[in-house]
Amino acid sequence: MKKIENIDNSDSHLRVRDHSGLKYLLRKEFKQLIRNKFLPKLIFIFPFMVLMVFPWAASYEIKNLNISVVDNDHSTYSKQLTQKIISSNYFRLTNVSPNYGKALKSIEENKSDLILEIPTNFEKDIVNRQGAKVLISSNAVNGMKGGIGMTYLVSIVNDFNVGLMQKLLPIAGINNTLSTIQIDTQYRFNPHLNYRVFMVPALMVMILTLLCGFLPAVSIVFEKELGTMEQINVSPVPKSIFILAKLIPFWVIGFIVITIGFLIAWSIYGLVPAGHFSTIYLFTAIYILAVSGLGIVISNYAATLQQAMFIVFFFMLVYIMMSGLYTPIDSMPEWAKWIAAFNPLKHFMEVMRSVYLKGSNPMQMTKQLFALIGFAVFFNSWAVLSYRKNQ
Amino acid sequence: MNKPNKDIAIHCDSVSKNYKKVEALKNICFDVKRGEIFGLIGPDGAGKTTLFRILTTLILPDRGMASVDSFDVVKDYKEIRKCVGYMPGRFSLYQDLTVEENLNFFATVFGTTVVENYELIKDIYQQIEPFKTRRAGKLSGGMKQKLALSCALIHKPSVLFLDEPTTGVDPVSRKEFWGMLQKLKTKGITILVSTPYMDEAVLCDRIALIQNGQFLKIDTPKSIVTQYQNKLWAVESDKMHKLLIDLRGNEMTRNCFAFGDKIHISSPLNPTKGDLKTFDKNKIEEIILNNGHKNVIISEIEPSIEDCFMQLSQK
Repeated sequence: MKKIENIDNSDSHLRVRDHSGLKYLLRKEFKQLIRNKFLPKLIFIFPFMVLMVFPWAASYEIKNLNISVVDNDHSTYSKQLTQKIISSNYFRLTNVSPNYGKALKSIEENKSDLILEIPTNFEKDIVNRQGAKVLISSNAVNGMKGGIGMTYLVSIVNDFNVGLMQKLLPIAGINNTLSTIQIDTQYRFNPHLNYRVFMVPALMVMILTLLCGFLPAVSIVFEKELGTMEQINVSPVPKSIFILAKLIPFWVIGFIVITIGFLIAWSIYGLVPAGHFSTIYLFTAIYILAVSGLGIVISNYAATLQQAMFIVFFFMLVYIMMSGLYTPIDSMPEWAKWIAAFNPLKHFMEVMRSVYLKGSNPMQMTKQLFALIGFAVFFNSWAVLSYRKNQ
Repeated sequence: MNKPNKDIAIHCDSVSKNYKKVEALKNICFDVKRGEIFGLIGPDGAGKTTLFRILTTLILPDRGMASVDSFDVVKDYKEIRKCVGYMPGRFSLYQDLTVEENLNFFATVFGTTVVENYELIKDIYQQIEPFKTRRAGKLSGGMKQKLALSCALIHKPSVLFLDEPTTGVDPVSRKEFWGMLQKLKTKGITILVSTPYMDEAVLCDRIALIQNGQFLKIDTPKSIVTQYQNKLWAVESDKMHKLLIDLRGNEMTRNCFAFGDKIHISSPLNPTKGDLKTFDKNKIEEIILNNGHKNVIISEIEPSIEDCFMQLSQK
């Protein structure tokens, strides 16, 4: 970006009207943008879709798991356990199978997700204090669902276990020895582990990336393909002014859209950043510079709209996968963490989540701040260098 | 640096340009005088557009130097961009802006206004003015061309570059277009125009015949035609394809090409080698009739630029 200003300054003493050139180019850009049948609608529908539909649809909280119970005991305790599971609201009893094989069949037919097998003599073993066992099997084709279902079921069985012990060992002394360690779980910053609280700030990053990074790239390549860029190139307008005129409208749109994002987060999800808005705007400005730099790099290499779209698609996909939007970076292998470290989305998502959930200020996020500034410098220098090479 | 010559608008000195291994331009040397209509005549892929792109500072030459209005295309590209008008072969205006908006936009891009130079474009622009609120993308081919020319002229350029302006334009509009160029010439604008149509060549003051990145000849159209050294006949018969093969098979044939619905056949005026004889009309007729053709028409004709081009390109 510095480069652009330099050219601008060096020209301004030669031609007084260069600034007006930018003005007219901008006027043209906005005119075209408004006249475009498709783009303005997309620009505003896209954030609404992403922020309003997606967080409601996607949730890690899994309800209505189908469970198949194989009760070989048919005792009071086995019935109590089954009842406890059903009344938890997480499980739906699909069938009571006579044996494990039949239950497995129902998993294969996709009728149930989990099997709970209660062995014969379940109640007898408990009463005799020999310790009873139950078998839990889970369909792990969808690993997430299987794992979560398993966890729920284990905790219900544990709960049942504790209840039994208290009933069977009513003596205070023994009761004490049983519960030496009591665990109280507290989730900081997102007490209810609400998925939406976690997702909405990060989704805003995705929207900004598309609007400020990739749309200008496509717009520049479009002029390249139409040949209008050549017409500008044979005019006294410096290329830097031309690109600046391409970027500014999308910067403006970026800030408008992120503000709309704040409003949606507040009105629909009741989300207000714990930190300060100015922190977000500061990081947004740096981030927009970084991604629009990337956009110019793409536009320098792509000769046709088709190429540009494909490169955009490639970057978008890799960046989102490696951003920690869905899967935490910390659970990735070491090499993947390194890839993620070179992803501007990752850093800005961390910032957004930190400000929204923890109320971090820029001083606490110097790592991300320098990373994003680094990206801005890197992409924009690359943009300038690759443009020179092309000429 | 060459001495600034006020009478030379475009100067090229051994300009070469390669695209990877393809030599697009080889040692191009030529001068265009101020106020001249200079035509680049050659087939597709001859290097015309490459030369235009070098002169309009869009690409750099690999070797050699070129100047427009005494400004070097490499060093003083900024000055050149202020004083030239360029109309590329493909329509490259903003299709989603109206006629008027396009014109205003290009005027402001060059730091001027439509009013300032309206006199120059008046004749051309008046024809499309009734459609000034229509989007450029919705104009017909001829109107698009007029708009493109208006936009290229709006800043009163001293040199105008027109890259195949009449390709894909109907014959009436083509004629009209050349009329407009003649008018612009009277206003002192130097015009470098390229075309694949040989019949347009005679409308230029001077032409350069270009093929495979090389100039075959630079001269006035008239002088190129008078330098044609062969006798030329136009031949017709009922079996045109066989006729072409039969004539080409003859040893006395110098060149033989299909020209529309006729075949042009040439043979040397002054044969240098003993075995090479000159045709005369009877001789041709004899050959043709011996090959079983009917409805034969033979007439001696004056060479056109195209005949000259064919002859030169065969060397």
